[in-house]
Amino acid sequence: MKTLGTIAVLVAALGLSACSKTGADRFGADGGAGAGAGYGAGANGAYGDPSSPAYFQQAVGDRVLFLVDQSSLTATAQETLYKQAQWLLTNSDYKAVIEGHADEQGTREYNIALGARRATAVRDFLISQGVPATRLETVSYGKERPIAVCSSEDCYSQNRRAVTVISGSAFSS
Amino acid sequence: MMKPFAHALALALALVAGTDAPVFAQGGPLRIDITQGVIEPMPIAVPQFVAETAGAQDMAAQLTRVIAADLVGTGLFREIPREAHISTISNFSAPVQYADWKAVNAQALVTGAVSTDASGRLIVKFRLHDVFSNGEMGEGLQFAGTTDGWRRMAHKVADQVYSRITGEGPYFDSRVVFVSEQGPKAQRQKRLAIMDYDGANVNYLTDSSSIVLAPRFSPTGDRVLYTSYESGFPRIYVMDVGSATRRPLADQPGTMSFAPRFGPDGNTVVYSVTEGGNTDLYSLNLASGQRGRLTSAPSIETAPSFSPDGSKIVFESDRSGSQQLYIMSASGGEPTRISFGDGRYGTPVWSPRGDMIAFTKQNKGRFHIGVMRVDGSEERLLTASFLDEGPTWSPNGRVIMFTRETQGENGAAALYSVDISGRNLKRVSIPAGGSDPAWSPLQR
Repeated sequence: MKTLGTIAVLVAALGLSACSKTGADRFGADGGAGAGAGYGAGANGAYGDPSSPAYFQQAVGDRVLFLVDQSSLTATAQETLYKQAQWLLTNSDYKAVIEGHADEQGTREYNIALGARRATAVRDFLISQGVPATRLETVSYGKERPIAVCSSEDCYSQNRRAVTVISGSAFSS
Repeated sequence: MMKPFAHALALALALVAGTDAPVFAQGGPLRIDITQGVIEPMPIAVPQFVAETAGAQDMAAQLTRVIAADLVGTGLFREIPREAHISTISNFSAPVQYADWKAVNAQALVTGAVSTDASGRLIVKFRLHDVFSNGEMGEGLQFAGTTDGWRRMAHKVADQVYSRITGEGPYFDSRVVFVSEQGPKAQRQKRLAIMDYDGANVNYLTDSSSIVLAPRFSPTGDRVLYTSYESGFPRIYVMDVGSATRRPLADQPGTMSFAPRFGPDGNTVVYSVTEGGNTDLYSLNLASGQRGRLTSAPSIETAPSFSPDGSKIVFESDRSGSQQLYIMSASGGEPTRISFGDGRYGTPVWSPRGDMIAFTKQNKGRFHIGVMRVDGSEERLLTASFLDEGPTWSPNGRVIMFTRETQGENGAAALYSVDISGRNLKRVSIPAGGSDPAWSPLQR
């Protein structure tokens, strides 16, 4: 857990400066890593290795975006998730936690429920592609963990996301 | 940091021996009707309380300042500056020179005295005077307690003055639990904190290692329900305020639980459970551990709040396609929609008087705090900003505190309060950012 804490700090710093779709997004680790050991950027093997979480994050694409107050998957999102499913089927040792998020334009508790809908939409799609449900877990952060901080659609569209975070170890006990 | 901080303040209350001046019954000529449309603040004089024992001077000065700040802070009173006073009060028992207070146009006058007894207890006496009637309004009162609790005694005095003049219930002697916020927007650090209603005496109940959200007081103010991500998933905890010890509520693996609120019995908790992508309302009996499901809909049901008699629950649901407010029996059943205006409605909170619902409204890119009757009529919006949310009622149901967040990269959350008339909007002064306030009941 100690080393994981260090990773979380590094990753958080990346997320802040990058604010991009490929910015690392593993905030969950600061809450005690209930989802098990997450792989953040810089700690997850070579990008060139197609079976590495880094490859998943950057080449496959670890996140999908949503329209305002929506949890349905766009065509673009489905393309990404199709690739995520292929990767997960190929790399069957890995599990994943799907983190659902909302933009700041909503009340706190509603946004937690909305983020859960988004994470579940991703989970259901991956299951429909053959990924075993036992390898997928969901959590919602509502509007608590934005990656883009401006108060306009540029940022809101990045924050309305579901991020598939690859985990190599078993889920919490 | 996490030390217990119960104000061991056994408040003793006693009548002060009367003066020769006539005593008017409560509801006499000195009166502010706060339901009126426009209120001219009542001029009030609060000369420094008399220090009756050696060493009580500083305490007398601080107490008087807090009393005046409470009263002026309501927006209902205007303090006559000390420099304008003609009389000074140097003896609490001596007759008041009403002509001198009329001359400076003070309608109300608060006089008082502070002393410490042999055992070190602080004793505070006060009288409220109706200057233009040449007499006292109500009886003089005396409070006794520990020196540590001096602010509470000041709030008690101010509560008496406020209640006698407005006819409304008191609220200054109360606390607020909230989420203290620090750090940039993308790495916000949150911790549970508690303070006096006016922002004084902030104490932290948790550290900032996990996200914490939306604390809520028990009906007696001894416990707080809140949501924390310390397990990695949102989960509800109940904390004993005095000792800052906490335990998680029982939940099912693979679910998230949040948005808890106590029922008026202090034993029933209503909250949201998310299973898969669906969020519904449940109730939990804390003593027996028995859990009941209140809603079974494919929509989002969250933010439940009990009516003061415990018979009904108001909550938000997007079953109609957008967030709206509904009321149902506390045991579940078919809900009745009460919000029908433009926009989205969330975070409903039943008033302590039972007659109104406070809510957050989102419309055309703006957020509002508003109130409506329990049947949804007479909707009034009290505020408007980039992001206002999460109202909580003062114990007397006259003031609402809420979160206001500013926009942009440097956006930050702060606590604000507003009168339910929409007047007297102001920021609550706290050391850092703050969100999700929940007002305690009046302290005992």
